[in-house]
Amino acid sequence: MEAAVAVHGLKKTYGKVEAVKGVDLEVAPGEVFGFLGPNGAGKTTTISMLCTLINPTGGTAEVAGHDVVRQRDDVRRNIGLVFQDPTLDGYLTAAQNLRFHAELYGVPRDAVEDRMRQVLEMVALWDRKDSKVMTFSGGMKRRLEIARGLLHSPRVLFLDEPTVGLDPQTRSAIWGYINKLRHTEDITIFMTTHYMDEAEYCDRIAIIDHGEIVVIDSPEALKASIGKDRVQIQTADDEKAIGLLKERFGVDAAVREGQVTFAVASGEQFVPRLFADLGVAIRSVSVSRPSLDDVFMSYTGSTIRDAESGDGNQWMRAMARGR
Amino acid sequence: MATEVVSVSVPRTNGAHDLRAIKVVLHRELLRFVNDRTRMVSMLIQPILWLFVMGTGLGTLVRGSIPGVDYRTFMYPGMISMTVIMTAMFSAGSIVWDREFGFLREMLVAPVSRASIVIGKCLGGAVVATAQGVIILAMAGLVGVPYSPGLIVTLLAEMFLAAFTITAFGVLLAARMKNMQSFFGVMQMAIMPMMFLSGAMFPLANLPSWLHVLTTVNPLTYAVDPMRQAVFGHIDIPAQANAMLNPGVSWFGNQLPIGLEIGLVAVIGAVLLGVAVIQFRRSE
Repeated sequence: MEAAVAVHGLKKTYGKVEAVKGVDLEVAPGEVFGFLGPNGAGKTTTISMLCTLINPTGGTAEVAGHDVVRQRDDVRRNIGLVFQDPTLDGYLTAAQNLRFHAELYGVPRDAVEDRMRQVLEMVALWDRKDSKVMTFSGGMKRRLEIARGLLHSPRVLFLDEPTVGLDPQTRSAIWGYINKLRHTEDITIFMTTHYMDEAEYCDRIAIIDHGEIVVIDSPEALKASIGKDRVQIQTADDEKAIGLLKERFGVDAAVREGQVTFAVASGEQFVPRLFADLGVAIRSVSVSRPSLDDVFMSYTGSTIRDAESGDGNQWMRAMARGR
Repeated sequence: MATEVVSVSVPRTNGAHDLRAIKVVLHRELLRFVNDRTRMVSMLIQPILWLFVMGTGLGTLVRGSIPGVDYRTFMYPGMISMTVIMTAMFSAGSIVWDREFGFLREMLVAPVSRASIVIGKCLGGAVVATAQGVIILAMAGLVGVPYSPGLIVTLLAEMFLAAFTITAFGVLLAARMKNMQSFFGVMQMAIMPMMFLSGAMFPLANLPSWLHVLTTVNPLTYAVDPMRQAVFGHIDIPAQANAMLNPGVSWFGNQLPIGLEIGLVAVIGAVLLGVAVIQFRRSE
């Protein structure tokens, strides 16, 4: 079966700035594919190229079997888009916004009403269809955008940060729709996010950093690939503990969140040795399994939040070295 | 609630689809207009002030030199064009609004040609502006202009054409504008001199030559003059006053026929439309 999205060496440069430096990826039909990275990593630029909003500087991309540069309208007919920023007309009602979309996309007239009802019911906005969009909350607007993005039965639905800025209930509702969609519709979902917990829902994720894809795999495989647990201890003398960890166990540690933190292969077995041999009084200890946060850190050398604020810290570098 | 999935398949782009796109962009323009009463009222205030306050005030001053004619009758076609022009510009400005609020993106990622979006927008602006002009048209009796069906139809057609051209001009301006403030700034800057030099407010006869040149290069002149010719063709007016108030537009001493003026406005409109489409293709 032909890939829903196939990208080869896709590049975008703005002047001297390389926003996207040669991305390769393939998304299978029916997949939920997550694009994970900090702000400014090139996620939105990449998705904009795939959606025909901007032209690539180099490389090729096919979406639903059509080239994004040469067959732009064919791509557009087959994709649905939900952007970070709302693109609804607040002065129109929900139904009017959807009808506008149906007309622009040339949805067959006799199918419009049924399809509209279906997508609106899915996002629980059917009873609000005649309300003006300006009276909607942020979450309702996003839900309406998702409904609109699905109205013309696209083969690929692009969601750019679909849950950013929403309350937890709406976020989980949106994930509910996405999960439902993969069962009810023949659709591929390509989304960007910088929420690690959301990336867990994806079949596969690509971690992108500084315009390059660092790794692509399923969340489980990625977590397994790290193979290390995170250990955090509170000691009487952190400086000394860090020095001794290096000297006696060959472990790179750093202070993070006020605790000495490091990564080891099997935390539970390491802890008894630690108590026996460290030589500094330990007040508390915690061991945790690797999360996608750790995966991200391990592959990019920083946490996603710190990557966004632009500075890494020692712990990240320690974790990165420990890979 | 296990409903059957309604799956639709979107056809390839063709002429009928582009026509649907034009229609829906136009339809939205009308919906917005009907829903926005404030805008409808505010667009009327300025021409009405000009017509009844300035027109009456100036009228008493110039009464002696134009015997038998109400100055407001002279201003009337000018104020129709002013209403139409302002409303049309405002409609075009909604593109900037749409860009600011993201809705423009919804249109630009749709599988339709840029031309159908721009044409829909210009037609929408033209229809809305003409509808607004109808309100001024209804006031004809107040300034001594008869309600003759022929005149009304002529004026409506001329209003529509002028509005279409002005919307195309506005859309072209709006193509690159990022916010409403700068659009309105530029719009004021463009519209005010064009209004002043169009013959909407004072007759274009016996002007100093520099002013005469400016009025003949102003495209609006060719939109206002046919309306005035139409109005003056339907009222009784002494020849001397007619020559003074309704001199027509002349190039090198020859008066232009109305057909040519209208043709000129249509050509300018088509060119502006074309350039606007190119701008939108490029700004992707």
